[in-house]
Amino acid sequence: MTAATAPERVRIVEVAVSGSPRRGLLSRLVGRLGDGTVQVALAVVALFWLMPVFGLLVSSFRDETDNNAGGWWTVFTKPAQLTLENYEGLAANETVLRSFLNTVLITVPSTVLVVVISALAAYALSWIEFPGRGWVTTVVVGLLVMPVQVALIPVAKLFGALGLFGTITGVVLFHVAFGLPFAIFLLRNFFTGIPRDLVEAARMDGAREWLIFAKVVLPIGKPAIASLAIFEFLWVWNDLLVALVFADQDSAPITVVLRGQLRQFGTNIDLLSSGAFLSMVVPLGVFLAFQRYFVQGVLAGSTK
Amino acid sequence: MSVPDTDAAGAPGARGVGRRRGHQVVDDPSTGRSPRLAALFLLPAALVLTALVLYPLVYSVVRSFFDRSGDEFVGVGNYVDTFTDRRTLTAFKNNVIWVVVAPVAVTGLGLVLAVLTERIRWATAFRLVLFMPMAISLFASGIIFRLVYDEDPDQGVVNAAVVGVHDLFSPSSSYPGAHPRDGAPFTATPEGFASTGTFRTGSAVTVPLVGFAPAQVPANAAAATAPTAGSDELRGVVWLDVSAGGRPNQLDGAEKGLPRISVEAVRDGGVVGRTTSGDDGRFTFPGLPAGSYQLRLPADNFELPFRGLTWLGPSLITPVIISSWIWIMTGFAITFIAAGLSAIPRDALEAARVDGATEMQVFRRVTVPLLMPVLLVVFVTLVINVLKIFELVLVIPPGSSQEEANVVALQMWQVSFGTGGDQGVGSALAVLLFLLVAPAMIFNIRRFRRERS
Repeated sequence: MTAATAPERVRIVEVAVSGSPRRGLLSRLVGRLGDGTVQVALAVVALFWLMPVFGLLVSSFRDETDNNAGGWWTVFTKPAQLTLENYEGLAANETVLRSFLNTVLITVPSTVLVVVISALAAYALSWIEFPGRGWVTTVVVGLLVMPVQVALIPVAKLFGALGLFGTITGVVLFHVAFGLPFAIFLLRNFFTGIPRDLVEAARMDGAREWLIFAKVVLPIGKPAIASLAIFEFLWVWNDLLVALVFADQDSAPITVVLRGQLRQFGTNIDLLSSGAFLSMVVPLGVFLAFQRYFVQGVLAGSTK
Repeated sequence: MSVPDTDAAGAPGARGVGRRRGHQVVDDPSTGRSPRLAALFLLPAALVLTALVLYPLVYSVVRSFFDRSGDEFVGVGNYVDTFTDRRTLTAFKNNVIWVVVAPVAVTGLGLVLAVLTERIRWATAFRLVLFMPMAISLFASGIIFRLVYDEDPDQGVVNAAVVGVHDLFSPSSSYPGAHPRDGAPFTATPEGFASTGTFRTGSAVTVPLVGFAPAQVPANAAAATAPTAGSDELRGVVWLDVSAGGRPNQLDGAEKGLPRISVEAVRDGGVVGRTTSGDDGRFTFPGLPAGSYQLRLPADNFELPFRGLTWLGPSLITPVIISSWIWIMTGFAITFIAAGLSAIPRDALEAARVDGATEMQVFRRVTVPLLMPVLLVVFVTLVINVLKIFELVLVIPPGSSQEEANVVALQMWQVSFGTGGDQGVGSALAVLLFLLVAPAMIFNIRRFRRERS
């Protein structure tokens, strides 16, 4: 395809010399109209994307009776039905509050550990020469798409033997393990892009490797680390499967606790909608505050 | 990258000042050469990955050849079970549907929207809105869509819309659920309620209806009275036979006639006359040839209101879950493809336009071919994602359609940790899932190697 552009470039010149090809008034009109249509169509698409979340948000501010009596869209005609009742109920629900805390206690250490461990490994893979480096990197790339399912049964057994089953530590360790391949890959790609001169200059000044790592590579790698941290944070925060297997009642994060209420969806909509929103507030906040890093992180980590 | 490691192994002190050889040789990437140091940096990652990913992978493969208890070797028995179990087969079938439909849909939608967003000023805002679902947990998205597709049109917005549109084009009947009183000489037929006997011209027929709330009777309804018919006509009255104290099948003077009910006169199986009741419930077939006629109240008088589709029922559940996944992933596809679009040389597009190509031709002949590598990456990524689909299928279907919606990842979890409790079969499913993503693994490694060289 790139080959085809060369003759086309010649034609640009030809056209530039001979004047632009005729475009009728009608076609220009259609072109303008087309843009208007595109605007409207995309606006409709955007509305479609917002509506489901908006519906849940509104439902979370209506009490059970109102929710059962009619759809969330009735607030447009009867806004008086909006109430904080569900959230007050949530605030009084020990189990949900505890699970929210658990989510934080699982997510923060997982993110920190993944960032630290992967940064060390990525540094070795990009700036320390050792035999088999290419091979190790290939293994990391291969592990990128590894489904967690292959490890659920063996690790459950292993954690059982080590007394880690049902603990927050266990959940964190599993998240770290399956967060690492992508994290190493992302940081390695970024670190190898650091100008050689910078690292080399530090080496010439006699800096030790860990100093180069801490003082040269890490500061330059900040944007990548930020993307990684945000991605990892959201990944763990939003997890259900891992916690479903490895957490017990006391260590369950909010997704697992809410999932337990699903069976009676209709009668639990007050708890489910407000609880789901509680669990969504943090990721949405992170998303809106760090859009760029978030998008970069997701694009890079999409194969996970 | 392709530097020979000849002296690497024997260089324990090869760091710091002593490591200067690299920058003197132009080809050398001047990396610090120290296997021992590399090992230290890699150690934590290697420990965790070995213990919790690599060893479990091997363990799962071995475990998949042993029975439920893990003591007895059963060969490929678990795999045979897997391919003969009805639930698992449903899961495989659904995974195939997912892989065939979902990634193509999202890649296509993402491509079209990414190209279109280039023509609007608020492209960033648009992409932000469509990307937002990526920040929400799949679990929460599941709850969101469970509500969106709720069967009750007073709960689920989709059915509310469907019912609204339906009623716009075919208004619901005036008397849903109403029917002749038991004992009245009418029987239910597919066409409606037909009289059991026939009536001669000149007679007057009483049709008592029940099964309808008096409060719902139209305001213009008047009290029903018994009609008398002329010799060449057939008359009758339809009324709501429910007043307190009134006798069944008898007009008591206070009971309301039912307006606007259509009535048919039938002879020899064919409809020969059609009329509609008035405000007092009375109806007349004038000018009928003398003879006997059967009376029929067509079914559309009494149809129950349309309540939309059972989206979460067994037949529609997989398309419904796929639609929620499309909602989640399209933003990703758009953003990824938009990044690829911005890398396309503008002059290639301009050249085609200048040549007189329409926007559609530019899109098909220039944009799409140039974007192919990006589209392939997006597509592969989506396929991997789809193979692992779990939370949505766990959350969206109500219990009654869980089984129809099943997918491999969910089945693996249920078999291993749910009611099944068979970790032999569970391991076999995990290994199969691994084999399903293995091509993507190879794809990634190949791409990585190519980019490196």
